[in-house]
Amino acid sequence: MMIDRRLLIHFDWTLFGIVLLIASIGILNLYSTSSNAEVAGIPLYIKQVFWLLIGLAIMMGVAFIEYRFYADFAYVVYIVAFVLLVGVLGYGIITSGAQRWVKIGSLSFQPSEFIKISLILALAKFFQRPQHREGYSLKNLPFPFLLLLLPTVLILKQPDLGTAIILVLVFFSVLLFVKVRWSSLLILALTGAALLPILWSFLKEYQKRRIITFFNPDLDPLGAGYHLIQSKIAVGSGGIIGKGFMKGSQSKLGFLPEQQTDFIFSALGEEWGLIGSVILIGLYCALILWGLRIAVQSKDRFGAILAFGVAAMLFWHVFINIGMVLGMMPVVGIPLPLLSYGGSFLLSSLIGIGLLLNVSMRRYLF
Amino acid sequence: MMELNTQKMEDFKGRHKYFLAFVGVAFFLILLQLWYLQLIKGSDYRRLSENNRIRIRENPADRGMLLDRKGIVLARNRPSFEVYVVPEDLKGNPEVLARAGEMLDLAQDEIKEKLQSQKRRTPFKPVKIKSDIDWNELALLEFNRVHLPGLIVDVRPRRAYNYGNLASHLIGYLGEVDENELKESKGATYRMGALIGKYGVEHRWEGDLRGVDGGQQIEVDALGREIKPLRSIEPFPGNNVILTIDLDVQKVAEEAFQDKNGALIAMDPKKGRILAMVSKPSFDPDLFARNISPDEWESLIENPHHPLQNKGIQGQYPPGSVFKIITAIAGLESGAITPNTQLTCTGTYSYGGRDFRCWKEGGHGTLSLHRAIVESCDSYFYQVGLKAGVDVIAHYANEFGLGRTTGISLPHERPGIVPSTSWKKKRLGVPWYSGETLSLAVGQGYLSTTPLQLLMLISAIANGGRVYVPQVVERVEDIYGRPLKEYPPVELGKVNISENTLHIIQEALMGVVNEPHGTGWSCAVKGVRVAGKTGTAQVIRMAQNFKKGDMNRMPLKFRDHAWFVAYAPFEDPQISIAVLVEHGGFGAAAAAPIAKKVIEKYLNLVSQPPSKMTESAEDSIYDD
Repeated sequence: MMIDRRLLIHFDWTLFGIVLLIASIGILNLYSTSSNAEVAGIPLYIKQVFWLLIGLAIMMGVAFIEYRFYADFAYVVYIVAFVLLVGVLGYGIITSGAQRWVKIGSLSFQPSEFIKISLILALAKFFQRPQHREGYSLKNLPFPFLLLLLPTVLILKQPDLGTAIILVLVFFSVLLFVKVRWSSLLILALTGAALLPILWSFLKEYQKRRIITFFNPDLDPLGAGYHLIQSKIAVGSGGIIGKGFMKGSQSKLGFLPEQQTDFIFSALGEEWGLIGSVILIGLYCALILWGLRIAVQSKDRFGAILAFGVAAMLFWHVFINIGMVLGMMPVVGIPLPLLSYGGSFLLSSLIGIGLLLNVSMRRYLF
Repeated sequence: MMELNTQKMEDFKGRHKYFLAFVGVAFFLILLQLWYLQLIKGSDYRRLSENNRIRIRENPADRGMLLDRKGIVLARNRPSFEVYVVPEDLKGNPEVLARAGEMLDLAQDEIKEKLQSQKRRTPFKPVKIKSDIDWNELALLEFNRVHLPGLIVDVRPRRAYNYGNLASHLIGYLGEVDENELKESKGATYRMGALIGKYGVEHRWEGDLRGVDGGQQIEVDALGREIKPLRSIEPFPGNNVILTIDLDVQKVAEEAFQDKNGALIAMDPKKGRILAMVSKPSFDPDLFARNISPDEWESLIENPHHPLQNKGIQGQYPPGSVFKIITAIAGLESGAITPNTQLTCTGTYSYGGRDFRCWKEGGHGTLSLHRAIVESCDSYFYQVGLKAGVDVIAHYANEFGLGRTTGISLPHERPGIVPSTSWKKKRLGVPWYSGETLSLAVGQGYLSTTPLQLLMLISAIANGGRVYVPQVVERVEDIYGRPLKEYPPVELGKVNISENTLHIIQEALMGVVNEPHGTGWSCAVKGVRVAGKTGTAQVIRMAQNFKKGDMNRMPLKFRDHAWFVAYAPFEDPQISIAVLVEHGGFGAAAAAPIAKKVIEKYLNLVSQPPSKMTESAEDSIYDD
C-alpha cells in the first residue's frame, strides 16, 4: 500500500471539518451534562476526549489504506465481528449480567457496534458485481439476508433492540441503493406484512403490552412516558436561544434518562435552544448529504455501496435518535453519532467516516 | 490490483435524487417538531421545567384475595395511610419536619435517617417516613395541612389477614421485592419497594394475585401542591385465589394443638385436596405486610422451634411405627410372610449380638400380622424386615412416594430419605449392615419423611392405592367471580400392590383404632369407624435400661416425636390426616387426640351441611 502524494491533495477536508465540528460540540455538551454527575474517577468528557483521539487516529488509518484492500477481507472482517458477538452472548449467558460488552484488558467494547460496519463491508462486497439490467431478484438475496439475520438474532437476544433496528434499516437502504427489482421488493413487503400478525399471535401477553407501550409511551406514564415528557420539557424549555451553557436545569437535576447517551440531544436543546439545535442538525444534514455525494461520485461499485452504507447508518442513527428525543418516534436505545457518550460507538462511527474519507479521496485515482 | 467494477455506475446516479429527497424530508420533519416544541410550546415547557412540575404518583393495584373453599375471606386488603415527604419541597420550610415529627411521634434522627437512606432517589420522588398511621395522627396532619408543605399523605392498599396466624404457612407472606426478583419478573413490572409474595400461596400464585399497578403524572405548583393530573392509568386488581382448605376444620386443627409444636395436614383422599394445614409454632403474616422490623425478624429466625418452617412439608422426621405399614406390605407382596405368619415377641429380639427391644416390656407373645399391626409390635416387624430385606422395603416405600417430593405447589418442599443398599454405598461409601434393616423395618435409622408424605401414604391406603397430587388451590377467579383457572384433581398413578394386601392393611389399621389393645384407641370416634396408625420417632437412642415412664422426666428436646395418621370413615373415606407432635412422646397420647378432633369436626360438617355450604354440599357423600 503506497501512500500516493495525490491522496493528500484529494483529502476530503470538508468532511473532516464537519466531523471535527460535530465532535467538538459533542465534547462541550458532555462537559456540561457530566459536570455534576456523581461518578467517581475520571469525568466522562475526559474519557470521551481520549476515545475521540484514538478514534481520529484509527479513522485516518482506515482512510489511507486503499479501500479495495478491504473488499478482499470483507467476509473475514464480518466473521471476526460475528464470532466476537457470539462470544459476548455466550459470556453474557454465563455471567447472566450485561451481555453487550467484551473485556480485553482494561478496555471493554461492544461487538454489536462493529457488526454494523462489518455488515456494510460484506454487503458492499456481495453487491459489487452487478446483476442484469432489471436489478437483483429474490433468488440473489438469500445470502445477504443470512448476513443480516445471523447478527440481528444474536443482538436481539442481548437484548439490544436499537442496534438490531439499525442493522435492518441499513440493510434495506442498501437493497434500495443497489437496485432490487420492484416485484421482489413487493413480495418482500407483502411477506413481511403477512408474517407480522402470525408473529404477533405467538407473543406472550406481556410482550405484546411492551410493544404497544413502545409505540405509545403515553400508556406507560411512569416509565417510558415519563422519560419522554421530561425530554420534551427539556428541549421545549430551551426556547429560541436556550438556557445557556451549563444552565440546563432538566439535565442538571437528573430528570433526563440516559442523558449522556441516548438523550444527549435534549440536554443540548435545553441549553442551546432552537438556534443551537438547528446548527447541529444542519451539520448532521451536511454530513449525510456529503456522504451520499461521495457514494455517487465513487468510481466503482464497491466504494459506492460502502459509502452509501455508512451514510445510511449515520442517517438512521441521527433521525431515529433525535426523533425519539423530540417525541416523534418510539423510545429505542439508539445513540447520536459523535455526541453520545460511549467509546465503542464513537469508534465505529469514526471508522465509518474513515471509510467515507477513503472512498472520497480516491474518486479521481482509478 | 484487483479489477474495478465500474459497470452500471449510472444506476446509482439515477436513484441519488430520491435519497436526497428522503433525507431532506426527514430533516425537515425534525426541524418542524423543534419549531413546535421550542417556539410554539416553548413558554409552556419552560414553566413546567421551573422547579420541575411533573411528579409521578404510583397507584398500586389491589392484590387478589385468598378465600377458603366455602368462600370465606382469609386474606384481603385494607386501606393504609402512609406519610411521605418530598425533600426538595422542604428546602424553604425546614421546620416542617420538626412539626411532622411531633405529630407522628417520630424522632428527628429517625426521619433524617429515612431521608438519607435513599441517596440515589430520582429528584422530587417522595420518601416514606411513616406508614399505616392511625386516625388521630391522620386527623392531626389533615387539620394542619396548610402548615406542612412538602408532606404527602397517601392511601395504599395493605395486606390484611383476617384470622391472624391461622394457616400462616400455607398462606405465606409478602416482602419487598429484591434485586433477583426484579430481574426475573418478565411479565409484571415491579418498582423498587413493591411487595411481592415470598412464601406459601402468596408466593406461588403471585402472578395471579398481583394485578397491574397504575399511576399518574401530576402537575404541581412551586410549593409541590397538586394542580392537575396529566396522564393516568388505572390499576387493575389481581385475581382471587380460592384455597382448598376449610376454615372450620383449620380452626379446630389449630386449636387442637394448644401449645404443642408440630404439623397437621388433612386432605380429601379421593381428590388430593388439602383441607387443613397446620404448622406450629406459627407466625403472624401481618408482620411481613407492614415491613417487618429487624428485631421481629431476628426473633423469628432464632426461635429454636422454627416458626418460619412449614413442618408439614419441610420437616423431615423418622416415621416410626407408621412405617410398619410399608414393612408389612413389603413382606406380603414379596411373599416373605403371609397374613397368617405367626411370630413371637419376647420383648427383645437378639440379632448380631445386639438386643433390639419391643416397646412393650415382657413382649406380645406369639401373634399374627393383623395383631402385630394393631398392637404395633416391634419384634414382629424386626423379623418381617429381615425376611423381606432392605431393598424390597425401600422399593415399596418409593412406590408410595416416600423419598421424593410430592409436587405440592408450595415452596421449599423436602424429599426425605428412603435408605437402601445402593443409597448407603453412594452417600456414605460403606455397605449396608443387616442390623440396620431392623431399624428401618420399624421406621427408624436413616429413614426420614415429611408429614405430607405420610399423609400421601395413608391416603393411598384409604382410596384403594391411588396417589393424587396434593393441592392447596381449588381455582382462581377474577374480581367478578368468573373462574379463570380450575385445578381438577390430578392422579399421579396407582400403587402397584394387590387388592388383597391393601385389604389386609386396611382391616389392620381399622383394628388399631377400634380393637382391644389397639394403639390408636384414643382416636376412636363415636358412630364412625376410623382407621389409623400411631408412630413414635426417636430423637436420640435410648439407653439399654431405659424405662417407658422415664420419658416424661427427660428434657423436652430429647423426647420422642409423636405420629398419628388416619382416615375415616373406614367404609367410604372422606378425610385422611397426618399429625406430628414434636417431642410429644407416645403417638397415641399426643397426636391421636388431635386427629380425632379434626376428623369429628369435618365429618360433622359434611354430614350436616349448613345452608350456606351450597357448594361443598355435592362433596358430602358420607351419610351416617
